[in-house]
Amino acid sequence: MAVQLRLSRRSSGPLLFAFLCVFFFLFVSVSAASRDVDPRNNQTRRNPATEEDSHHQTNSSTHRKVFPVLSFNYEHVRKPFEISLWILLALLMKLGFHIIPRVSGVVPESCLLIFVGLLVGGVIQAIGEEPPILDSKLFFLYLLPPIILDAGYFLPIRAFTENLGTILVFAVVGTLWNAFFMGGMMYAVCQIEGVGLGGVDLLSCLLFGSIISAVDPVAVLAVFEEIHINELLHILVFGESLLNDAVTVVLYHLFEEFSHAGSVTVGDALLGVVCFFVVSLGGILVGAIYGVLGAFTSRFTSHTRVIEPLFVFLYSYMAYLSAEVFHLSGIMSLIACGVMMRPYVEANISHKSYTTIKYFLKMWSSVSETLIFIFLGVSTVAGPHAWNWTFVIVTVILCLVSRVLGVVGLTFIINKFRIVKLTKKDQFIVAYGGLRGAIAFSLGFLLTNSEMKHMFLTAIITVIFFTVFVQGMTIRPLVELLAVKKKKESKGSINEEIHTQFLDHLLTGIEDVCGHYGHHHWKDKLNRFNKAYVKKWLIAGERSTEPQLISFYNKMEMKQAIMLVESGSTAKLPNVVSSVSMQNIQPKEPGRRRAIPSISKNREEEIRKMLRGNLQKTRQRLRSYSRHDLFIDPFEDNVSEVRFRRQRVEMERRMSHYLTVPAKRQETPSVRKVCFEPENQVFTYDDSESPKGPRAQPHQDSPDTVNLLEEAPQRANQSEAPRAAGDDKKRAKVSDEQEEQQKLSRCLSDPGPKQDEEEDGSGRS
Amino acid sequence: MGASQTRTESKYQDLADRTGFSPEQIKNLHKRFQHLSGNEDTISRANLNSIPALANNPIKKQIIEAFFDKRNQHQDEVGSFGEIGFEQFLMVMSHFRPPTLKTTEEEKEALRKEKLRFLFNMHDTDNDGTITLEEYRKVVEELLSKSGAIGLEAAKAIADAAMLEVASTNVPHMAPDDFYEGITFEHFEQILQGLEMESRMHIRFLDVDTTTMRCGKSTS
Repeated sequence: MAVQLRLSRRSSGPLLFAFLCVFFFLFVSVSAASRDVDPRNNQTRRNPATEEDSHHQTNSSTHRKVFPVLSFNYEHVRKPFEISLWILLALLMKLGFHIIPRVSGVVPESCLLIFVGLLVGGVIQAIGEEPPILDSKLFFLYLLPPIILDAGYFLPIRAFTENLGTILVFAVVGTLWNAFFMGGMMYAVCQIEGVGLGGVDLLSCLLFGSIISAVDPVAVLAVFEEIHINELLHILVFGESLLNDAVTVVLYHLFEEFSHAGSVTVGDALLGVVCFFVVSLGGILVGAIYGVLGAFTSRFTSHTRVIEPLFVFLYSYMAYLSAEVFHLSGIMSLIACGVMMRPYVEANISHKSYTTIKYFLKMWSSVSETLIFIFLGVSTVAGPHAWNWTFVIVTVILCLVSRVLGVVGLTFIINKFRIVKLTKKDQFIVAYGGLRGAIAFSLGFLLTNSEMKHMFLTAIITVIFFTVFVQGMTIRPLVELLAVKKKKESKGSINEEIHTQFLDHLLTGIEDVCGHYGHHHWKDKLNRFNKAYVKKWLIAGERSTEPQLISFYNKMEMKQAIMLVESGSTAKLPNVVSSVSMQNIQPKEPGRRRAIPSISKNREEEIRKMLRGNLQKTRQRLRSYSRHDLFIDPFEDNVSEVRFRRQRVEMERRMSHYLTVPAKRQETPSVRKVCFEPENQVFTYDDSESPKGPRAQPHQDSPDTVNLLEEAPQRANQSEAPRAAGDDKKRAKVSDEQEEQQKLSRCLSDPGPKQDEEEDGSGRS
Repeated sequence: MGASQTRTESKYQDLADRTGFSPEQIKNLHKRFQHLSGNEDTISRANLNSIPALANNPIKKQIIEAFFDKRNQHQDEVGSFGEIGFEQFLMVMSHFRPPTLKTTEEEKEALRKEKLRFLFNMHDTDNDGTITLEEYRKVVEELLSKSGAIGLEAAKAIADAAMLEVASTNVPHMAPDDFYEGITFEHFEQILQGLEMESRMHIRFLDVDTTTMRCGKSTS
């Protein structure tokens, strides 16, 4: 079996290669045969077009209306065709890399993609066509927002706010330091005689410094995603790359304006500082406004679940575009929108919409990232280059030096204020993880001064290549070598959640006793404000008053339930199976209570048939797809969700009193199944004998509520208890048909050391 | 005046060595202590109860109890005080000190154990060395008490699930007849090892004078 698998693996590798090669050449020939993709380039090739037209005309003139059975009209679909082809190529490349485990283990994906871009660009140029360039408009308006939204929406808030001070210092002060240091040193180098760079003045150098100094979120994400580093370092580098956008925007515009004017006065510098605050705070404000709007809208979407994800995407995109209109920081606006929107939207939308949002964001950001790197490669081949050895080498060296100096110096200051200090290892990773990427390239592309532009672009591309290839490839072995802490797998433990909350309250209380208003005090105040006012407005229905602990618990239970339903009847739980169940925990009560159901054999048969039928109906319902079905799917209804959970809690409690112990045990874990019980009540309790009294009666509830049955592991093994022959027959029949599906077993009324469990199946009508 | 000052300073120094605070911090805490106690030598539960900011805290009672718990004094006694002096106050506060850059790995471990012990004592109210299901339920109920009337049911369910998790993580295979008595300290440590208690459970004891900030008590 294993050998077969290996064979098929090996044969699929070359197969895929062959396919990719064929596709590759097809792609190149099509793009060669087509007009240029670059919207910037205005030259269109007219000849084949006119040829085609004339051909059509000659056809029509000589043959006088012969109906064209098959005709070729490529112009019609050129643009979308080429875009789709590019995206398809990008994704196939991505696919290809993961088939070859050896390469993708060593080289990060971004490097491979750039390499592919180089290849494609080279081939296109060899054919003699003009390869497309990473247009700045395309980049900033279409390729960058999905990546940033993905990052911002799933930003770990707790880690981010805990380290916000550090992140801000790195982002603002660090970037400023980088920009000025690099600009200044470049200018000094340019002043050296005999280098041939005399034409570069101070402002241009500073402009160049500001472009090249910013750490790039796309590159950082691409590389750090693969090395699974611990959360603190990840959030430091990544947060810095996001927040330095404001600084970069301000510096870039400042120096660009003034490189035309020729000089900078003190007044201008002050205005620059003011501009920085306006850009960053304004961006955040715009994002927050759109976020609140999005959250408010999601409050009313309970009847139109299908379009919920679209609201999230569109509001976020609008936030980005609105910020860009005013030259505010679009990235910060997008992040603020995602962060603001998320807790309220997630409380309002259905589980399916949440999954949709998650997967769409991941999908778009993945595609964007792939395209960006491929285009970087292509643009390298395409762009006009002006190579100047000194300039480029000095740039690369200065980048590294200034980054290291900046990080070390700032950490020295920051550590005085931090509780968890940054060690030397941490500092090294933060410094080494400062990758440059496509944002620098696009900003450089926007420059208007053409003579230095080419030189700058060449240097920028070299730096990007250096950081992505060299640093990207070596960071993983370095992380292993230095034994940096990796990300711990968190399984969503309810205990941790309880204690996190407990700690929050405890620390707030101790702060109050001490009398100073620290971190926790203000956080507590914010939480209370949130709960008292904001949640009421932005969250629909009952969920607005739900405390966080309960929603966490519900989410976890929901996840487990869905996992079990999806895994079907094989019931293979991925976690470590533990044989501990509820009964091990419940304290022993004096006098076991038993319910004595009074159902006849016919009734049991009926029950079994109904349950079987309903279970199949459940399966069908989950599989059906139609926009209108989603209306009546009770999984989606929040209200019945809460009720469903409450019923389950009630059920569990009731059943935990009835679970008894047979001698033998089986290894199968406890399986929870969900079924619909729209039928009438099928169970009656003998009230007089059941010590539980009125609680044993099943409640009357609305139809279509979901009823959860719990099956204990011991149930399959029920052979040794004394029982009637009829039951044996029934049970044998049942266990033949459905191993782990709903079964009803009879509970025996005779007291004895060995008793059977029974399963409740209360009906709802 | 001079003599009493040096006496106070040497007492501060002694306390500083014992609890790990700096003399500056001890001075500020002493001022706070006097404010809370109304310039007496001891504070009682009533004094702590009357802090207005604590009124909104769902686990106020547990916090106040923790101050009077003898187990938190590192002296192997059990039971609780009726009133505590400044030294006991400081001992309780010392549980919330953060680790410095110079603490070694073993010291960090010890620090974490100490803080976890503090939490454990807060949960284990009857001091039998384990947190039973009832006690844990009480904890969750208290946590949810200020958050409206979602109900005791949810608290019970959450506590049960949490207990189940502790049991299944620590004792993976239990026969159905076995009864898991309660969370022992080792299990407690095990279940919370991911939280990095030594860096999370801390307060910034500033070196500034805190009594000049609004304290909330209307006396002097």
